[in-house]
Amino acid sequence: MNHHTTDAHTLAAAYALGALDDDERKDFDAHLQTCEACRQEAAEFQATTARLAAAVAQPPPPGAKAQVMAAVDGVRQLPPRVPAAGAAPVLGGILRRRAVSLALAATVAAVALGGVAVWQTQNEQELEQQARQAQQQLDAVSAVLAAPDAQTVHGKAANGALTTVVSSEQRNQAVFTAANLPAPGAGKTYQLWLDHDGTMLPAGLIDHDGTVILAGNPADAGAVGLTLEPDGGSPQPTTDPLLLMALPA
Amino acid sequence: MDAPPPDGRPRPPLRLLPTGGAVQVNQPLPFGAGRNGRAAPSDLTETMGKVARGDKQAFSALYDALAPLVFGIVLKVVRDRAQSEEVAQEVMIDLWRQAARYRPDAGSVQTWAATIAHRRAVDRVRSAQAAADREHAQAAREHTTAFDEVAEQVETRLESEQVRRCLRGLTELQRQAVTLAYYQGLTYREVAEALRTPLPTIKTRMRDGLIRLRDCMGVTT
Repeated sequence: MNHHTTDAHTLAAAYALGALDDDERKDFDAHLQTCEACRQEAAEFQATTARLAAAVAQPPPPGAKAQVMAAVDGVRQLPPRVPAAGAAPVLGGILRRRAVSLALAATVAAVALGGVAVWQTQNEQELEQQARQAQQQLDAVSAVLAAPDAQTVHGKAANGALTTVVSSEQRNQAVFTAANLPAPGAGKTYQLWLDHDGTMLPAGLIDHDGTVILAGNPADAGAVGLTLEPDGGSPQPTTDPLLLMALPA
Repeated sequence: MDAPPPDGRPRPPLRLLPTGGAVQVNQPLPFGAGRNGRAAPSDLTETMGKVARGDKQAFSALYDALAPLVFGIVLKVVRDRAQSEEVAQEVMIDLWRQAARYRPDAGSVQTWAATIAHRRAVDRVRSAQAAADREHAQAAREHTTAFDEVAEQVETRLESEQVRRCLRGLTELQRQAVTLAYYQGLTYREVAEALRTPLPTIKTRMRDGLIRLRDCMGVTT
């Protein structure tokens, strides 16, 4: 018997049918992040159930549109690009107009050289391997910055850290840079998260100013979050977010 | 093996529709990777981009394109008309709010909207159920009634001929499992209960039912 595989696959159907309870849905959302085949299947199943929805389409009540149009006037959109309150507005403006500027690329590269952040998943047994990984990470950072579709958002964390995310949808990669990040304190670390429809998935750790590549699938995520966690990180956030930056559409 | 309906009554025989090859019937819905819809998904993707940048005019167009889909599925699941209107409006406002989160590579705008609408409708129904524990027996009775109603509506009330035809291609149990979950907002556990069928069987029927529907509709992502 192959219970595990069977379960995961059968659940993709129940998931697309909305037939999972809240907890199961969250678990399956997390599972999707690690299973490309499941993601593909779930997407196809959702496209299928959407046809079931379309098959029962009904004209909405006549007055509804005016009400909705009036209502959205007062509804703030989750912005595609976040110049969050306190983020350096001038720099942000320039960068938005000029895609990824060389100045930013140089800054980020310099920060990355100065201290490539430690990854939860990295095996640090060998210095040589560390060096190789650092080089690879630097290459990866550069690749994101140089991507033709790279987009930049800036934010300011509740603890005062200035943050920048550069993301490339094409590459499905994003880098996170922090400056003025206060020391996390003994036995603690900062942890990054990718928000997938309200489910926060671990995206790596960062201990000090520097640049990291976000783990996971930033192209599918709506936002990047930052929390303070016990050393080694947590499977899900255990403290209030210091920062939540919406990713570009 | 497909279970008999819970009320034990025999199910009315399926009506077969003429399907001689290239069936030319009305396909009034904006769906199908541009095959038979008014608005190809790529058009809406562009509209979504504008909505994400706060374009009210684009949102007005998006509303026109999506509101029937949203209201239809919400009404189907929630059933109470006044509540459905409320939920559907919440969904439309949510589409505005979340526009920047839409990812074209994850699926069409319609799929995204239908997923959000269905989830909201299901949330409403389930929270209403939780709040009405003392009416549990009544709710259970309603499920049985609703089950018959669903089966009937699937036969006769679907707007899309293609979906109707494809649902007819399912086994009875596949069709019941899929429609009770999606149109009634039941969890797969509740579906298993309603159909008096073991849980693993229900999960499997949901899966092979959706695979068959997917292939019949020619769904790709």
